[in-house]
Amino acid sequence: MNLNRRKFLTTTATAGAALAAPGYLRRAMAAGEPIQVGALYSQTGGLSVVEKMLAAGVRMAAEEINAAGGVMGRPIEVLVEDGASDPKTYAEKAQKLVIRDRVSTVFGCHTSASRKAVLPIFERRGAMLFYQTHYEGFECSPNVVYSGAVPNQQLGNYLPWILETLGKKKVFIVGSNYVYPREMAKVSKGLIEAGGAEWVADEYLELGHSEWAVMVNKIKDSGADVVLSNVVGDSIISFYREFINQGLSHEEIPICATVTSEIEIAAMGPEYAAGSYTSFPYFMSLDTPANHSFIERYRAFVGDPQATTYHSLEAAYFQVFLWKQAVEASGDITAEAIREGVRGQEYAAPGGEVKIDEDNLHCWLTPRIGQWQADGQSKIVDEYPAPIKPLPYAAYGETADNLFCTREGLDSSKL
Amino acid sequence: MVDILFIGLSLSSILLLVALGLAVTYGAMGIINMAHGEMVMIGAYTAVMAKIWLGLGLIASIPLAFAVTALAGLAIERLVVRRLYGRLLDTLLATWGIAILLQQAIRLEFGLSFLGIHIAGLGSGLQNVPVPAALQGTVRLLGHDFNAYRIFIVAMTAVLAVATWAVMYRTALGMKVRAIIRNPQMAAACGIAVARTNALTFALGSGLAGVAGVLMAGFKTVAPDMGATLVVDGFMVVVTGGVGSLLGTVAASGLLGEFNALVAMASNDIIGRAAVFAVVIGVILLKPAGLFTFKGR
Repeated sequence: MNLNRRKFLTTTATAGAALAAPGYLRRAMAAGEPIQVGALYSQTGGLSVVEKMLAAGVRMAAEEINAAGGVMGRPIEVLVEDGASDPKTYAEKAQKLVIRDRVSTVFGCHTSASRKAVLPIFERRGAMLFYQTHYEGFECSPNVVYSGAVPNQQLGNYLPWILETLGKKKVFIVGSNYVYPREMAKVSKGLIEAGGAEWVADEYLELGHSEWAVMVNKIKDSGADVVLSNVVGDSIISFYREFINQGLSHEEIPICATVTSEIEIAAMGPEYAAGSYTSFPYFMSLDTPANHSFIERYRAFVGDPQATTYHSLEAAYFQVFLWKQAVEASGDITAEAIREGVRGQEYAAPGGEVKIDEDNLHCWLTPRIGQWQADGQSKIVDEYPAPIKPLPYAAYGETADNLFCTREGLDSSKL
Repeated sequence: MVDILFIGLSLSSILLLVALGLAVTYGAMGIINMAHGEMVMIGAYTAVMAKIWLGLGLIASIPLAFAVTALAGLAIERLVVRRLYGRLLDTLLATWGIAILLQQAIRLEFGLSFLGIHIAGLGSGLQNVPVPAALQGTVRLLGHDFNAYRIFIVAMTAVLAVATWAVMYRTALGMKVRAIIRNPQMAAACGIAVARTNALTFALGSGLAGVAGVLMAGFKTVAPDMGATLVVDGFMVVVTGGVGSLLGTVAASGLLGEFNALVAMASNDIIGRAAVFAVVIGVILLKPAGLFTFKGR
């Protein structure tokens, strides 16, 4: 018994010393020691299909940076954690990365629900989150770098184009029932009214539901000449199929989407989407050497010669390079250094030039509109000559001359 | 109006498709089979795999899916459910576990993805099954355009409902099943092989779910977790209709589907869905045993 207790004490003491050691080691860290960053994406659950791609984008970027000599001579080590498609798990894993592993940067999250769940942890613990998915805006956190599009970069070009170039006058707005589609609808309505057209309906289906018969029937009876779709996830596929199967056509009433990407088009069968439109800053079909090279390297990285790329994947990839430049600009890996270092960083991404805004840490992106073709790829039908400034509060009247979200944070008196 | 009623009919037939198999397993056997949705999922994956590996179309894969899921159901009954008769809550937990196992088996490609082997048609990605050209688009009847694939589903559901009725009320197996529903001990005492009959019934219920899966694959995405939401609707219909009553299941799915379509058309889909649940609650409050019941002992 005595022996056992002594043995126990020595074991715990050794273990304690071993646990404490990394703290000392970290302080004495020499050049060449890896820089740890987190990658927090769902590896399991309903969202894992897409989020595994995003995690692959981050890992691929890290691998390329390491092959080119790392960041300030130090390699990147990516700690992958599984959010399991559940916001609560996201919060737990974010705590693990930030508190136990003490990483200063995490690349991650896909849905707004998961981002909102981890946000307090990053703000309280002073770590940085790099978030790549296009989202609804209405957020101004000094602890998040947003590399995906906000509504003014997806809709600001889209609705005027729909009204003027397509000559549409009556818009039927449809979405999944949660915050992103509802915010997108709010921005859209303003733009539709400003363009002298009208929106005839603003309807929602529960997230994840796929029974579109009634909705498509309503579209048919509404007299609308264009459908603006903010539908997300699996529901997209059944929506397009029902749309065609009830005898509607994209020639007469095109679906103009903000979420439908190459992934969903492949899953539904391209014939159901041929002729419809999506607004994204990046399309797989972009005919530039940088993009061809990106697609080739991504396919080699995931070991699938047919693999598809899309907007959020491209953003997941290039945000790692922006982070690298931020670290090198400020010469440190603390959250404060990265936040200040990343302001104004420019990078030649696969989809063209991008830049992190000095004021709101969102990303300058080039609005583009693609028309889906029978082969499941898009044809770019409209494109801005240069990236435009992100305005996360555009729905509430934010303009480039009257910013709501600045270096000092959100000016809530303007809301 | 005609087109709304048709949409209601179509919603009803989709509810009934899933509920038919459940009416057999839950209604007749007293098993809360949470893996029923996964049988639908396996049926859908059978259609996907049959298309990729055998070149079979949607319609040709229906009998194949019936066979695959019936065998899967038989295996589940033999291995797990058989030991749990009379323990309602335990069947719920055990079959729920089976449901999760089956979902992950598809997602992980039966474990092969750990070894870096990928089988086309499996995995966590979304799959789709092409619909035969004849069933795409619309058919013009009585001055209205109807979705051809939905007409096909309504017709198939009617055929399956009649077939299930014929099995239950016009065959020796059906008579034995009905005897077991009323009083299993007495049925056994009369020389009915209860274990064997139960196994066949479970296989039948699972096979029906498999056929439902193939038909669903035509307009839903096929994914490993597609069954989870379906099974909820299935139980809702069976409980509303009255446990053990095939007629009740048919009536409940008709009522709920039409009601859903009418309310959704008048207001919106979200309220339509909520209204359906309100009706279910109302029915269960007023008639706790469901719409159609028989006197048991």
